[in-house]
Amino acid sequence: MTLSTANTTAKGRSMKFDVKTAGPAIALILLCIIGFSLNPAFLSEGNLSNLLTRSAFIGIIAIGATFVITAGGIDLSVGSMAAAIAGVMIIIMNNAVDMLGTGVATVLLGCGCSILLGIGAGWINGVLTTKGKIEAFIVTLGTMGIYRSLVTYFADGGTLSLDFAIRGAYRPVYYDSFLGLPIPVWVFIVVSIVGWFLLNRTAFGRYCTAIGSNEGVAKYSAIKVDRVKTITYMIQGLCVSLATIIYVPRLGSASSSTGVLWELEAIAAVIIGGTVLKGGYGRIGGTILGALILTTIGNILNFTDLISNYLNGTMQGLIIIIAVWLQRGDWGKAKASKT
Amino acid sequence: MKPFSKLGAMVMTGALAMSATLAHADTIKIGVSYPTPTHAWAAGMNWHAEQAEKRLEALYPDVDMILVNSSDPSAQASALEDLVSVHKIDALVVLPFESEPLTDPVLNVKKSGALITVVDRGLSQPGIEDIYVAGNNPELGRVSAQYMKTRLKSGDNIVVLRGIPTLIDNERFDAFMAEMEGSGVNILDHKHANWNRDDGFEVMQDFLSRFPDIDAVWAQDDDIAIGVVAALKQAGRDGDGMFVVGGAGMKETIKAIMDGETLVPVDVLYPPSMIATAMDVTVAAFKSNGPVAGRYILGATLITPENAASFYFPDSPF
Repeated sequence: MTLSTANTTAKGRSMKFDVKTAGPAIALILLCIIGFSLNPAFLSEGNLSNLLTRSAFIGIIAIGATFVITAGGIDLSVGSMAAAIAGVMIIIMNNAVDMLGTGVATVLLGCGCSILLGIGAGWINGVLTTKGKIEAFIVTLGTMGIYRSLVTYFADGGTLSLDFAIRGAYRPVYYDSFLGLPIPVWVFIVVSIVGWFLLNRTAFGRYCTAIGSNEGVAKYSAIKVDRVKTITYMIQGLCVSLATIIYVPRLGSASSSTGVLWELEAIAAVIIGGTVLKGGYGRIGGTILGALILTTIGNILNFTDLISNYLNGTMQGLIIIIAVWLQRGDWGKAKASKT
Repeated sequence: MKPFSKLGAMVMTGALAMSATLAHADTIKIGVSYPTPTHAWAAGMNWHAEQAEKRLEALYPDVDMILVNSSDPSAQASALEDLVSVHKIDALVVLPFESEPLTDPVLNVKKSGALITVVDRGLSQPGIEDIYVAGNNPELGRVSAQYMKTRLKSGDNIVVLRGIPTLIDNERFDAFMAEMEGSGVNILDHKHANWNRDDGFEVMQDFLSRFPDIDAVWAQDDDIAIGVVAALKQAGRDGDGMFVVGGAGMKETIKAIMDGETLVPVDVLYPPSMIATAMDVTVAAFKSNGPVAGRYILGATLITPENAASFYFPDSPF
């Protein structure tokens, strides 16, 4: 009895492992086939470049979220943080025009402030969670509300708009291409590579996994748990600020409706990609695919009028659940134990 | 003054209100209640309410306006109670957060003897308000469609970006479609862009990939239109007589129309300043010698370079 179960689980694991790694990729390929069959223009160069550029925001934020979630945390504040950082960036740049002119210097100042703010906001989340001993869910729920209302306050309830004179210098960051790929996609690629390396090839990455698996054991293994966890939130903040830096030049504005629900999209991307929500196992590659899947769903829904507009949310929900079921479900294992 | 005899059943309330009126016989207290501004249109409304307060109080020294904004329906219900019990208002101007949960609270204010003016969102029970002031959603759709028809000919193609799926959006959209019917203009597709710039940008990008020939865009809203314009410029499809029609009356859009912008040549008014209209009418109920009670449905004026200046408020956040 014991022997036979051991056998089947071993067999099941090898099968499940295959599906687990390939699941998100299969889901993305299926979506692309559906998109292409609905409208061949789906695979046109223009649409693909739109898709990749759009994925960059959620994708970059989701890479940060992969670290936080792998280490057993959660960050709900990223969408509001992006809106608040975008707002402050715009205010700083508009005020710097008189001093620094409308050129690259002002844009660099804005980007620098964005990075400082992002890392600082992440540090606050991290310290409140670790030193303050408050659950991450509550801390980031709180900061989510704070950042969201701050941007509303800065904008006086309205919209903050970037000075038109600066847009000329800043616009290329979103709209220009390098070697055929839009700049935001390059940023996404670089963040992905750095993130993959950090999680899979460094001691820090292994610490994250260890803490996510069992925080107590990690502590007794002389891992500086508080510091590592705080750093994951700071990485998250840095990723949010990078996403904001490429978001602001798109429309040159920030308001209280900026980045709404990005936190849930980022978390969904991470989970679709195969990272475990309760921590201990993270996959950067999966996260990237997860972000692409989420953007592709929205894109395909805009390409067809077969489905009522009111059911967009239903389609998104179904595809997210199916994508995760593909890799988590017991269906591979069940077959193995039957035979 | 409202006849108190009608409230015979509520002697207590009547007596209280009577004493309140006697105590403040010299000032007319008007409470103005609306949702906390969390988006640009509401921020504009807040600004216009404050402007109207200053203007009316300067004009009539015996008028006292009390502006209160609330962050959710139950907070607004409490605010209404406070306006009655603390401030003992003679009239209420209210833009309800939601119709259902605020119908009873407004009814209670009415029972205190106050004059009721409802703005924009109707209550779920008829006959409570003495004065109703609102924008005209079907008219916004119709006026937009009429303008489209003057610029387009049979066989031209347009796409439509809608707002958040709500009654307001449906009224606008249905009236637009009804007016376009029989014009021969093809409406290629319509998608929700949620009155949001980012969604407007992304939906328009997808429309542009999907349809090689688009002659005009009905964006319904100025925020969506900003996203649409960015997408058109990115794809280099902003020439050839392409035009976008938004709606609401954002100051940046109106400024651009004044300056002769061709990509967004007109705008259709759905003004946040309607709260000021409601405050004016409510004060008139105490000051005018003419009858005032009734329904005021504001026109959805087409804003063109000729008349844009009269709708331009550079200091308003919207």
